[in-house]
Amino acid sequence: MPERLIELSDVAKSYGRVFAVGGVNFHVDRGEVVGLLGDNGAGKSTLIKMLAGAIQPTSGQIFVRGVAQPHWSAARSRDAGIETVFQDRALCVQQTIVRNIFMGRELTNWLGVLDPGRERREAERLMREIGFTSKVFTPDSIVGQLSGGERQGVALARAIYNKADLIVMDEPTTALSLTETEKVFRFVRAVREGGRSVLFIGHNIHHVFDIAERFVVMDRGRVALQATKDEVGSAERLIAFMEKLAHPHGIASFDPNSAGATS
Amino acid sequence: MSLELESAQTGAARFSRPPDGAVRRFLNANRASVGTLAVFAVMIGVFMIASPRVFLSWPIYNSVLVTLPVALCLVVPLVFIVTVGEIDLSFPATMGFSAWIFALLVQAGYNPLLAILGALATGMALGLGVGALVVIANLSSLIATLGMNFMLRGFIMIITQGKSIALLSLMDSTTGSVLSGQIAGFPVQIFWALGFVAIAALLFNRHRFGARVKAVGDNPDSAGQMGIGVNRIRIATFVFMGLGAGLAGIFTTMVNYTWWPTTGDGYLLPAIASVFVGGTPTWGGVGTILGGAIGALIVSFIQSGVVAAGLSGFYVQFFNGLIIILALLGHRWNQKRYR
Repeated sequence: MPERLIELSDVAKSYGRVFAVGGVNFHVDRGEVVGLLGDNGAGKSTLIKMLAGAIQPTSGQIFVRGVAQPHWSAARSRDAGIETVFQDRALCVQQTIVRNIFMGRELTNWLGVLDPGRERREAERLMREIGFTSKVFTPDSIVGQLSGGERQGVALARAIYNKADLIVMDEPTTALSLTETEKVFRFVRAVREGGRSVLFIGHNIHHVFDIAERFVVMDRGRVALQATKDEVGSAERLIAFMEKLAHPHGIASFDPNSAGATS
Repeated sequence: MSLELESAQTGAARFSRPPDGAVRRFLNANRASVGTLAVFAVMIGVFMIASPRVFLSWPIYNSVLVTLPVALCLVVPLVFIVTVGEIDLSFPATMGFSAWIFALLVQAGYNPLLAILGALATGMALGLGVGALVVIANLSSLIATLGMNFMLRGFIMIITQGKSIALLSLMDSTTGSVLSGQIAGFPVQIFWALGFVAIAALLFNRHRFGARVKAVGDNPDSAGQMGIGVNRIRIATFVFMGLGAGLAGIFTTMVNYTWWPTTGDGYLLPAIASVFVGGTPTWGGVGTILGGAIGALIVSFIQSGVVAAGLSGFYVQFFNGLIIILALLGHRWNQKRYR
């Protein structure tokens, strides 16, 4: 059985009387790609922010590798190896790939003078590791010249450099073309093959179905479904399930065995 | 397979691979400063044609070398501030204030070295104050530093009642020759200033601090997420500006061995213009120290050059403006903004 990287146990977040997330059980194991789905307002963002330590849960417990984390924070999340890659604001687009990868953790001598040779070699190694290589750009290329998919590659290379075990990707393919999406998938698969985990958030169910092995569907602050790819069967069935969530009236029934809803 | 082909083609069209070859790589990495140098060459060429008698002989260049060190000490730190995404309009008063402390300490009979350190510390402390005001109180740097400039200058005027301080005791001293003498016919200040530019360029291009200044100016959210102390970096650029202003204040005071309550006033717009003439864009995230230094050279030359060319002082402003606009148009064409 693979190591349980992070686990949220009956975690809730409320603002006054309004529950953004209410009683969620959720986990990510080492080396798996989990797809997180849900309509706007379903609680996905709150869940991501709790994983990143940006907000604290009102109740419930967070476990990292089986150890309870009573004082969860952004710094602890980072120490636990969780890194969130946001779609738009992740990178400094006027800087080079090298500068983005080593941002805040530059390779320098004791005087703080940068070591360009070492940074370049390390960047090339990281980029190779996720299959992010090309004849048309080098680690010294400006990020602004890269395509959307390639930018996700930079963000992933940086996450790996920062020793992330779980990389949370917030809608990484939403604004991308087919070829660009395929690039991101390639990077994500390489990341998983390196023994790391990815939490992949998306609106396009086909994208998420393609890349993830397990799915978590949220609805109105609760987990409406946790299922493996085999259990779901096809993207169409996942879409049908989500449509039923969105339009609950007129549903005759759906298989309760496949719906691991929290009580 | 077809994927590789596609990415290779679009990539080639995007020219994103840095060019091979040391010379081309250097030119590509220093587009802005090379462009600025071209502007300077054209300007000198025009001056030489307009007035060969003046511009083919040495004195005009020497007179520029007298004002240039002060400008360099101001322009270089200002490039850091603009790159981090802020602006500072308070450095003229900081410069006057630090030079005032220098003059007071010398006048009181302290060791000139102590007076220098006192002036630099004053500049950095004022920079810290201005930076904290902008960053921690979250005020617009444009307005807050403008306010600070008036306030500090007003304070100087109130206390001194507009009276200057003469430091004639320094005239034949070691301090005098170290800070205001000549080496091989060049004003010694230019060597100090070039050393300052070199250290600042190293800090900007090869040091962690410069990398973080650019990151914060480029995308503060991203920099913060990566654990960079965004506010600390911003404040540090203002402290560095204070250091440069202190240095500039000492230099300008030492040229004539006199401190004036208005010391620094005339440098506000020329220094800011030099930054942008040098090719540092207004939007933050990128900048060039070398370009800024050449920009300072250009701006200093317009002032001496126009008059030396036999035109009346009325032309100075016109040519100042003309050069600034032409340089900005040139940089617009020369560099691309990435988002």
